[in-house]
Amino acid sequence: MDLILFLVFAGIAVVAAINVVVQRHPISSAISLIAVMGSLAVLYLLLGAEFIAAAQVIVYAGAIMVLFVFVIMLLNAGGETKAGRSFVASLLGVPVLVALLWLLAYYTARIYPSDTEVHFGGFRGGTAQAVGRALFTTYLLPFEITSILILIAIVGAIVLARKELE
Amino acid sequence: MMGHVPLSWFLMLSAVLFSLGVAGFIFRRNIITMFMSIELILNAVNLTFITFAYQRQQVAGHLFAFFVMVVAAAEAAVGLAIILTVFKNRETLNIDDLDSMKN
Repeated sequence: MDLILFLVFAGIAVVAAINVVVQRHPISSAISLIAVMGSLAVLYLLLGAEFIAAAQVIVYAGAIMVLFVFVIMLLNAGGETKAGRSFVASLLGVPVLVALLWLLAYYTARIYPSDTEVHFGGFRGGTAQAVGRALFTTYLLPFEITSILILIAIVGAIVLARKELE
Repeated sequence: MMGHVPLSWFLMLSAVLFSLGVAGFIFRRNIITMFMSIELILNAVNLTFITFAYQRQQVAGHLFAFFVMVVAAAEAAVGLAIILTVFKNRETLNIDDLDSMKN
């Protein structure tokens, strides 16, 4: 059952991620990216990360992607024009990317042989209670710094996006 | 055991998503699509954090993923504001046309 769930949602994630890259119109890429994030939330749940799965859906698929879609609609951005890129660039770029992927997969398989297995319920430390306790004790300082970061981001976004006053 | 997923499959899925994100960042010319590719890369990294949290049976990986999410939210807000400003001034989203810092 876990295997079927993993295969289905990993497949959705990969297909949607390919769609993000190949789609010509930004809004199609954004919708595909939401599909990637949703299926990743299911995989987080499979790994016992209930809080992060909920945060993934609410923060990523909810807030961030709505922001993206909003900006795409606001700018009324059309489809991408034909890229005038050199033939040599794609001749070099594609093999380098495949090599990167192969290297990552190869060392992953070397370091983690398939005897370590994931099954639902194998890790129960990812509840909101456990995450919250760690967040407000061990990781309190990073958490507080995060709030300052968010404040700076809000102020920066407003300063950047406001109308210039004459 | 049947029905269980090897841990390395999660890491390989993460590697695939990461590579696709890098590919999108390099090959696409639309600044918004490039930005979305960065989000894809961050998601791939998050999956790695959660997988290692499972493997080590520690909640710390979840917290790192949480912080990555917060930074991504801040980055999206500022980045989209920059994109808005760029579009207002230059009327284009094509990254090849934004070369005012070139000579």
